[in-house]
Amino acid sequence: MILGLHLAYWQTSVIRSLGVLVAVLLPAGTFVYIFLFKMVSFMQSRLGPMEAGPYGSMQLLAEVGKFIQKEDIVPDNADRRLFKLAPYLVVATVLLVYLVVPFGPKMRFVNFDGGIFYALAVSSISALGVLIAGWASANKYSLMGGLRAAGQLIAYELPMVLAVVGVVIQAGTMNLSGIVAAQANGKMFGFGGLGNPYFITQFVGMVIFLIAVQAELTQTPFDMPIAESELVTGYITEYSGMRFLLFFIAEFAAVGSFAAVAATLFMGGWAVPGIKFDSGVMNVLGPIVLMAKMTLIAGVIFFVRFTYPRFREDQLQKFAWTILIPVALANILVTTVLKVAF
Amino acid sequence: MGLIVAAARNADAPVLVAQNIAFGVIAAIMVFSAFRVVTTRNVVHAAVYLVMVLSGAAAQFVLLGAEFVAITQLLVYVGAIVVLFLFGIMLTRAPIRGEERATRDSWPLGAFTALVLAGLLGYSLTNGFGGDRLPRYCTTAAPLAGSCLSPSGTRAISDAIFSTYLIPFEVTSLLLLAALIGAIVIARRD
Repeated sequence: MILGLHLAYWQTSVIRSLGVLVAVLLPAGTFVYIFLFKMVSFMQSRLGPMEAGPYGSMQLLAEVGKFIQKEDIVPDNADRRLFKLAPYLVVATVLLVYLVVPFGPKMRFVNFDGGIFYALAVSSISALGVLIAGWASANKYSLMGGLRAAGQLIAYELPMVLAVVGVVIQAGTMNLSGIVAAQANGKMFGFGGLGNPYFITQFVGMVIFLIAVQAELTQTPFDMPIAESELVTGYITEYSGMRFLLFFIAEFAAVGSFAAVAATLFMGGWAVPGIKFDSGVMNVLGPIVLMAKMTLIAGVIFFVRFTYPRFREDQLQKFAWTILIPVALANILVTTVLKVAF
Repeated sequence: MGLIVAAARNADAPVLVAQNIAFGVIAAIMVFSAFRVVTTRNVVHAAVYLVMVLSGAAAQFVLLGAEFVAITQLLVYVGAIVVLFLFGIMLTRAPIRGEERATRDSWPLGAFTALVLAGLLGYSLTNGFGGDRLPRYCTTAAPLAGSCLSPSGTRAISDAIFSTYLIPFEVTSLLLLAALIGAIVIARRD
């Protein structure tokens, strides 16, 4: 039952499948245009794309058209089947994350009790696709990129999961809708006017989560897997045309999915203070609110990407294992003590 | 074998058609992939087929309503262990296109082990659970009652781990810690 309409199971299924595509492609395209094309251009005192459409807003469509026309080249020595499979595996992991993200009290694809756990598990599978892509390309740069990516994704998976545990303890549920409700109905030290958005009470967790997200997305301070001055472009070196486009979409759709998860975990998801959080109007307003919060978080991700120079490979591993993980564990301990105490 | 016995004893139970079909399809894919894991000569292909077997197991857990176990299966086995397998293979040999082939010299021993394992598991499953019936799906009246198959087992599993099975759980983590320390001791050179 949405907006008074009663739909059959297959109708809701079709709408949900289309909804996932919209939920994936719309934020990804928006972020590429706003941040990758325009923000970075302004940061570097240039205009960026201006020709295609007003202020170059159709540039992305032109790029997609270009990639679709290009030849799909498979290297002679490549392992053909795995080479072709890898991009789909990476894209699929991104699409699957969106399944559990709620966009409103009823605007969600699945109401899943293991929500956040599922999102983290599915996103960890992209390491597999990257590793397969690097190996199947039969190229030493690709292989090095794939190995670096896998090592990095495994190392930063752990602080990410540990940072989320703090939120789960505080909310008392892994269901993302439940976490939204816990933040909307919560109280900060007896004051309930703003709810209890966890970017205040779980600040340490949010910082660790966002750093780990930056590494999981292989965005710039952590972009050793595709370090262009060392490895050409790492595991995507041999890809061209449509398959390259799939990796590109996966990268920016993953920014969107992690931004959506972070917005839900730490910024109250689709809820806004002042409007009753489960009222019907939030089914329409919720997606817009969530998208605004996602854009904010993606803005932080891209700002860091365009500001900081790249870490060295050993610095990256050391940072994860000696700083992030101990801090995340301490955060869990403190959260548990406070949860029991209050 | 155990499955057939269990199916025969549950013949009069209400049948969940879609679930049974999905079980059959996933099981067929798992069996095929499991054979390919041991018959393919390319180590990386074997690892990818292993991924299919492990994801199939996760899918079966979902069908049984054990979502937490399913997700853990994905996170731990597919997301971490197989990735580490592949990592190790690629760091050491990475045979692209027939440069180096895996051998199958010890297949009689492997087949023997597999048969014994299948027999033991089948026997213990039939013996232990052969007479049991799968619990019905929960109604809204009793969402968390023990006798029905709850579609959200996360809470039930965590309660069980931290109350009934607390000591086995702690012992397992101690065992893992010991293995971890052992690995570090072996890997350290100084």
